[in-house]
Amino acid sequence: MAAILNPLIVCQDIWKVYRIGDVDVQALRGVSLTIERGEFVAIMGASGSGKSTLMNILGCLDQPSRGHYWLNGADTGSLRSDQLAEIRNQQIGFVFQSFNLIPRTSALENAQLPLFYRGLPIRQQRALAAAALERVGLRGREEHSPTQLSGGQQQRVAIARALVASPSLLLADEPTGNLDTQSSREIMEILSELNKDGMTVILVTHEHDVAACAAREVVIKDGQIQSDCVTKTTIQVAEG
Amino acid sequence: MFTWLTIVTALRILRRNRLRAGLTLLGIVIGVAAVIAMVSIGEGAKQAVQKQIASLGTNVILIWPSRTIVGGVRGAQGGAVTLTVTDALDLKKKVPFLTDTGWYIRGAMQIVNGSQNWNGSVYGTSPSYLTIRDWSYSSGGAFTQADLDSAARVAILGQTVVEDLFDHGEEPVGAAIRINNVPFRVIGVFSPKGQSAQGWDQDDVVFIPYSTAERKVLGTLFLGSVGAIAASAARSEDLEDAVEEIRTVMRVRHRLQGDQPDDFTIRTQVDMGKVQEGTSETLTVMLMVIASVSLFVGGIGIMNILLVSVTERTREIGIRMAVGAKRVHIMTQFLIEAMTLGVVGGLIGVVVGILAARLTTIIAGWPTIISSDAVVIAFIFSVAVGLFFGLYPANKAARLNPIEALRYE
Repeated sequence: MAAILNPLIVCQDIWKVYRIGDVDVQALRGVSLTIERGEFVAIMGASGSGKSTLMNILGCLDQPSRGHYWLNGADTGSLRSDQLAEIRNQQIGFVFQSFNLIPRTSALENAQLPLFYRGLPIRQQRALAAAALERVGLRGREEHSPTQLSGGQQQRVAIARALVASPSLLLADEPTGNLDTQSSREIMEILSELNKDGMTVILVTHEHDVAACAAREVVIKDGQIQSDCVTKTTIQVAEG
Repeated sequence: MFTWLTIVTALRILRRNRLRAGLTLLGIVIGVAAVIAMVSIGEGAKQAVQKQIASLGTNVILIWPSRTIVGGVRGAQGGAVTLTVTDALDLKKKVPFLTDTGWYIRGAMQIVNGSQNWNGSVYGTSPSYLTIRDWSYSSGGAFTQADLDSAARVAILGQTVVEDLFDHGEEPVGAAIRINNVPFRVIGVFSPKGQSAQGWDQDDVVFIPYSTAERKVLGTLFLGSVGAIAASAARSEDLEDAVEEIRTVMRVRHRLQGDQPDDFTIRTQVDMGKVQEGTSETLTVMLMVIASVSLFVGGIGIMNILLVSVTERTREIGIRMAVGAKRVHIMTQFLIEAMTLGVVGGLIGVVVGILAARLTTIIAGWPTIISSDAVVIAFIFSVAVGLFFGLYPANKAARLNPIEALRYE
């Protein structure tokens, strides 16, 4: 067990089969993947390649049909939905393409959300959320609602929400898909910086220039890993 | 901590959709208000009936002659004239439970005061009958044993008779009236008693001494025969025993053999009240049922609006699940929303219900009694309705698949 305890993520021969009508659709066909703490990985692939399915499994939103997924040494395959929710709450931060902020709710409260479900005292929630917003450069915008913010700012609120609970993994699903070039660059800078501070970041994208920010590129095709290569050697993988 | 924040969140969500929440509330408000108003109307009716029963006097037992059966033909109640003054006097002597007995004969007579005339019920009674029936006087007073002994031509008038025979402001006491062309002096006026439980006007009466009625006005079949006997028991617990003893004494006095039926009927105040109380009880229950139905409909409104809300906020639910909300969290959020509707609707409903009951009394003149039981039960019920009808939508929300919920447009 010691060998698999060390990496943050270990996927072993993961299969995911959906049943649509009478047809079994194999979204993932035997994916094995190991990601160390502190890595910045881009998962690439065309739509329908299975990268979203893999992302859902890595994010504990879904469970594999076959195979094993260890996160921080814990096998997630046997967990109940409430236990998965707890893992999402404490170990994973999500950033989505469409921001997914709660409408008509202030930036601060959106950023507070994971702490809310952790049951922290309200003062502590506010303080941590304000610090997270400051970290993504949104100081002074705490009381703005999503409609009062630009796309780039909304995505920054989402990033603040993802990192507020100090997770061990940040999952970003096409985080720049809905943004202009300028905002995209800013968002990627924030993600790179977070990674430099030691956060493991997994980026799902189909854009090469976005993927270029990452240090490792995993390409998925037809539910299988087509290639897995380190693209940047300048960033050192943090020692376990 | 979580609960408190969830309540705040639920309140905020309700405030966001003010019109929608308001209309949903309305259903509950109407339901709760209806329950409270209806129950207070029912309770008011019940108390009115109890008051009417009490207007008979306290612990009163009435004895009427039975139906006559001559050659198989049944006559009307009271058709036989079998009761006498001596029956009444003897009962008082022989039944220790009784504090007093009185008697009366009755007839409809033309009553004249100057140019006004009126046809009303004239009662020839013993003075004891007046005390047993608990009449009180708005002016003047009762006739006495001396009046009875001397067959004095004195009369006590009920309010209805006074209104019909005298001009407004004219003092009836001391006035000279004629009953069946016999001159009488008015010595008293009764305080109004209102309608009896059976619906007749208890104020449309003229009371004169029994002896005067027997000899000069109404006449009797034989000397000392009476229409009915009234007796009063000292304590209400004694009523049943008193009735039994009266029966025994009367059967002996009327020389009835073992298998002969009674030639008299005994009724207590309790017997007479039972039917009326039953009626108003039925009324209350019926009103309650109708009101509960509207509360139920209000609950369906809550469920409807929550189902819409769950669909609308599918994506939000997905987000909450993605950041770590457990099923119980989502469930609680929607349940609290439903219960908030129940609580707020219940509170407003209580106020509206009490106002509605008051208005009913003011406008329609119906007596209403706001019972705290009804208020508390209606309120608890409305919260329970919110909870019950919130369960299904809350469960639906909690069972959403986070991936599909996040993708929901």
